[in-house]
Amino acid sequence: MLNLTIKQLSAELAAKRVSSAEATGFFINRIKALNKKYNAFISVDEERSMAAARAADERIAGGRAGPLTGVPLAHKDIFCAKGWLTTCGSKILSNFVAPYDAHVIQRFNEAGAVVAGKTNMDEFAMGSSSESSYYGPVRNPWDTSAVPGGSSGGSAAAVAARLVPAATGTDTGGSIRQPAALSGVCGLKPTYGLVSRYGMIAFASSLDQGGPFARTAEDLALLLNAMAGFDARDSTSLEREPEDYTRDLAKSIKGLRIGLPAEFFADGVAPDVAKAVDGAIAQFKRLGCEAVEVELPNMKLSVPVYYVLAPAEASSNLARFDGVRYGYRAPEYSDLIDMYKKTRAQGFGAEVKRRILVGTYVLSHGYYDAYYIKAQKLRRLIAQDFVEAFRKCDLIVGPTSPTTAFKIGEKAGDPVQMYLSDIYTIAVNLAGLPGMSIPCGFGGGDHPVGLQIIGNYFGEARMLNAAHQYQQATDWHARMPQGIAG
Amino acid sequence: MALTLDDVKRIAHLARIEVDPREAEAVLAQLTGIFQLIEQMRAVDTEGVEPMSHAQDLMLRLRPDAVTESDQHTLFQSIAPQTEADLYLVPKVIE
Repeated sequence: MLNLTIKQLSAELAAKRVSSAEATGFFINRIKALNKKYNAFISVDEERSMAAARAADERIAGGRAGPLTGVPLAHKDIFCAKGWLTTCGSKILSNFVAPYDAHVIQRFNEAGAVVAGKTNMDEFAMGSSSESSYYGPVRNPWDTSAVPGGSSGGSAAAVAARLVPAATGTDTGGSIRQPAALSGVCGLKPTYGLVSRYGMIAFASSLDQGGPFARTAEDLALLLNAMAGFDARDSTSLEREPEDYTRDLAKSIKGLRIGLPAEFFADGVAPDVAKAVDGAIAQFKRLGCEAVEVELPNMKLSVPVYYVLAPAEASSNLARFDGVRYGYRAPEYSDLIDMYKKTRAQGFGAEVKRRILVGTYVLSHGYYDAYYIKAQKLRRLIAQDFVEAFRKCDLIVGPTSPTTAFKIGEKAGDPVQMYLSDIYTIAVNLAGLPGMSIPCGFGGGDHPVGLQIIGNYFGEARMLNAAHQYQQATDWHARMPQGIAG
Repeated sequence: MALTLDDVKRIAHLARIEVDPREAEAVLAQLTGIFQLIEQMRAVDTEGVEPMSHAQDLMLRLRPDAVTESDQHTLFQSIAPQTEADLYLVPKVIE
């Protein structure tokens, strides 16, 4: 059970060799035994999960099962799930029980998947280490003194430690790919607009996108099949014909053109990360891929551009947390304005407040053109670089993060250093492209290294094809951290 | 352009976040560091570039002007900090 992929677990469930109640019970027991060590979960509700598992078993018995029926999944605590505490890692939502389901949760419910719990995360998904949660830092299963990455660090750690077979996350500037890399699992951020943002607590709406974590590319494809799809309740949801993301997994990748941007292999990348990524590129060449040099000259500006646009959108989105309709309200205040100010001062953590202040400033009178419009213009140049690059190649490959997992506390006091750990992932969000990270080796301290694969718009099936073929030839994704036995 | 303590106080007021005077210096130092990073944007000439506000060129959809939501105010207000007679309560704003 411990190492079954979703594909394998689904086959066991369909053949009635194992029930969803057994599988769900197994993973809930692991969460109960090991969560103290990793702090990957904020909420577990055994009764509710087991009831869903029994319902799934009835569905399987009735012959109405799909590939995810009965499979326990963990969801980042940014997705509203009806009846579940949904905190977004923040004190300001520490008493918020969601009154409705996010589209993603609804899709998984319809597929018969079981909610195994809600995972820990950086507060409001603002961070790269999962340290800024009101519920304390998540620990990396490969080294509990290190961070798992962030902001979806609880989901990444839960999958790495085999507390669940798969999980969901969200990615605004790298928050699925970077923790997948640092925690040695697979994670995928879809093309912007593919997965509905309805019920997904908003951080930066023009960049946010939900996606899956799993241990194999094949499982990511199965999860994406359930998550993707049009939803009228998200004004940016794309109306497209549904795709089967598993359709190309078995295809040969001979002749596939892999683009290598010089900017991904410059001074900034740590030698151990570069070595593992070079090894993966050599493997792709052995599989028949052709390496092509490409350029992303404006990518270096993606971090400053992101730290204007994302805080600007966040300052607007987070204005809704005012202590009036839901969530935390300060116990003492003198008048309405004072109630807002004290509620927000007490309810938000330091990083969230910093970003709201930056966003408020760049949108304020006299600075809007110099910062916000300037950043939007650069965003276009960054996106155009990718359009040019994809004329020469089918996929772009490079490191997901410049280093492996860093120590808890190492970057917590220096926001700018923390921001730079997303230097290879942010440009993908600005352009709205799909990106994924898969394990490709180990660096110093036996910390996992992630390989980033970036696709053209709607190129998920091709990315998953390349990742799956790589995983047929290598076993980095099958490695297991020490000490997770329980 | 250098941020000042007065800027921090002004932005904090606009953002409706109380900043303790003892913390204001530290906040100023952190924001200054972030704006040093942001200032790198000036290195590239963007004259004539169309601002990109969104990843996809989207047209907002229209839908029939029909009621699609049911009344769930009891459920939604059950998680509110303070309500009375189906209304959300806030401190008095008009004498």
